[in-house]
Amino acid sequence: MPNVSDALVQARGLRKRFGSFEAVRGIDVDVARGEVFGFLGPNGAGKSSTMRMIACVSPRTEGSLQVLGMDPGSDGPRIRARIGVVPQLDNLDAELSVRENLEIYGRYFGLSRRHVRAKAAELLEFAQLAERAGDPVEPLSGGMKRRLTIARSLVNDPELLLLDEPTTGLDPQARHLLWDRLYRLKRDGVTQIITTHYMDEAEQLCDRLVVMDGGVIVAEGSPTELIERYSTREVLELRFTPEARPEAGVLEPLVDRVEELPDRFLLYTADGERAQAELARAGLTPLSALVRRSSLEDVFLRLTGRTLVD
Amino acid sequence: MTSPTTPGMPAPPQVPPILRMLPAGGYAGRSRMLLLRSATASRRTWMAFVSGFFEPVFYLIAMGQGLGSLVGELPGPGGEMISYAAFIAPGLLAASAMNGAVFDSTYNVFFKLKYARLYDAMLATPLGPVDIALGEIGWALIRGGLYATGFLSVMAAFGLLTSPWALLALPAALVVAFAFAAIGMAATSFMRSWQDFDLVTLAILPMFLFATTFYPLSVYPRWLQLVVGCLPLFHAVELMRALTTGAVHLGLLGHLAYFLVMIALGITVAARRLDVLLLK
Repeated sequence: MPNVSDALVQARGLRKRFGSFEAVRGIDVDVARGEVFGFLGPNGAGKSSTMRMIACVSPRTEGSLQVLGMDPGSDGPRIRARIGVVPQLDNLDAELSVRENLEIYGRYFGLSRRHVRAKAAELLEFAQLAERAGDPVEPLSGGMKRRLTIARSLVNDPELLLLDEPTTGLDPQARHLLWDRLYRLKRDGVTQIITTHYMDEAEQLCDRLVVMDGGVIVAEGSPTELIERYSTREVLELRFTPEARPEAGVLEPLVDRVEELPDRFLLYTADGERAQAELARAGLTPLSALVRRSSLEDVFLRLTGRTLVD
Repeated sequence: MTSPTTPGMPAPPQVPPILRMLPAGGYAGRSRMLLLRSATASRRTWMAFVSGFFEPVFYLIAMGQGLGSLVGELPGPGGEMISYAAFIAPGLLAASAMNGAVFDSTYNVFFKLKYARLYDAMLATPLGPVDIALGEIGWALIRGGLYATGFLSVMAAFGLLTSPWALLALPAALVVAFAFAAIGMAATSFMRSWQDFDLVTLAILPMFLFATTFYPLSVYPRWLQLVVGCLPLFHAVELMRALTTGAVHLGLLGHLAYFLVMIALGITVAARRLDVLLLK
């Protein structure tokens, strides 16, 4: 099939309106086979609306959208047969056991009883839930439920996996375990689209990402590229007591750029140590000073003037 | 590149003509998978089944045997005298078909729709709103059928089935349950909160009490007879009473037609509304 392009998802001028509110305001997206693609942005940026359109459960208002080379508007069921969806809120079937959640879900795809039984056993191992197979879903921890939801999304061997804020609300240990599973899937060649408002998650998982804000894409690239393009190598974070807090203008000559946040200053510079030394020479004594590497958080702040997680 | 279709994954079926009026792409032909899901889930909630069976039986004993000893006999639909228990039993059969179907298609569906988000999960698969509507209505129907079978057995044991036509009361109960489930699900799709369910009770309870379940239509003045004659449960009771007492006539087809219209209307509205609610 020579005309099949490498783009699993291709959007041009994609828009979504709910009444008078426009959640997605004309975005272009290309997701290539095998990559992990991220939508990064704060709540209300239009990430989930975009995901729902790609998942063929929300008709687009305007623009073109191709998923697996098909149109979600007319080929929804055919596309959904080949993708896996991990929604933002777990919607496991509380009336079924852990194993039944996988088996019955597989049956919705029209898979045979024998096929789903073998698949469920394999996925229970993958999700580290084999010991809980016969248990009801409700007593499972948040991390276990999330892993089960991800296992469920894999029951049809999807070519494309959509994960909407996969680790929101999980403790650090559960997040790392989940990231590890997602990394294994990537290694197995499963294309993934992830939305997140966690910078570390985007940096850990995504090969390429777009930063969304107010329904539009404000930047696009790999995490490293974005940091290089929109930030400096290092950041000096300063906290002052209210009495000793200087004007931002005093700090600006010392570094490339200064961001003033309610509780601290962020000083962008190639060399944080040197900036800290100059600070001392200028007679400024912060309550605390911390030099760190730039992250996507800084990219976001630069692009939108706001922090991601308030 | 090889075909990316997963092995064992059948192609979506042809849409039967009658379903063409429903939302496009909304039917994968797998509503039986919802039945499978409900059957699997019900293994843990079998108590609900038991209580659903006993409710009309308790009414039959309390009213039919207890109150019936004071009432004595009264004329049945064919004009012959029958016991009070034989009079109300078909009414209770109709009412239990209604109650079971309404409960399943309102409370249970609303919970899955708004709280469990089960349908959202299903719509992420090739299943469409029509599969969901048919599957849930179908399950309400199966439950209704089991209750009707149980209650008809009790009626037989009490000697309240006096005609071979009574065998048709079972399929008739299924039609009635189907109609109430379809309308119930359509109504549920408009519900905003649990408060709205008071309206369901407000519709169901008076119908149960006044739609000739416990006494004949002739006790009402003419104008009230016309009002009661429009109620769905009235048609269900008429149908059941004629069948269990053997007073069968062609007019029963009119009652049947009433329910067929309810079914068509209910499914169409339910599937369209699910489409609007879930696929926004």
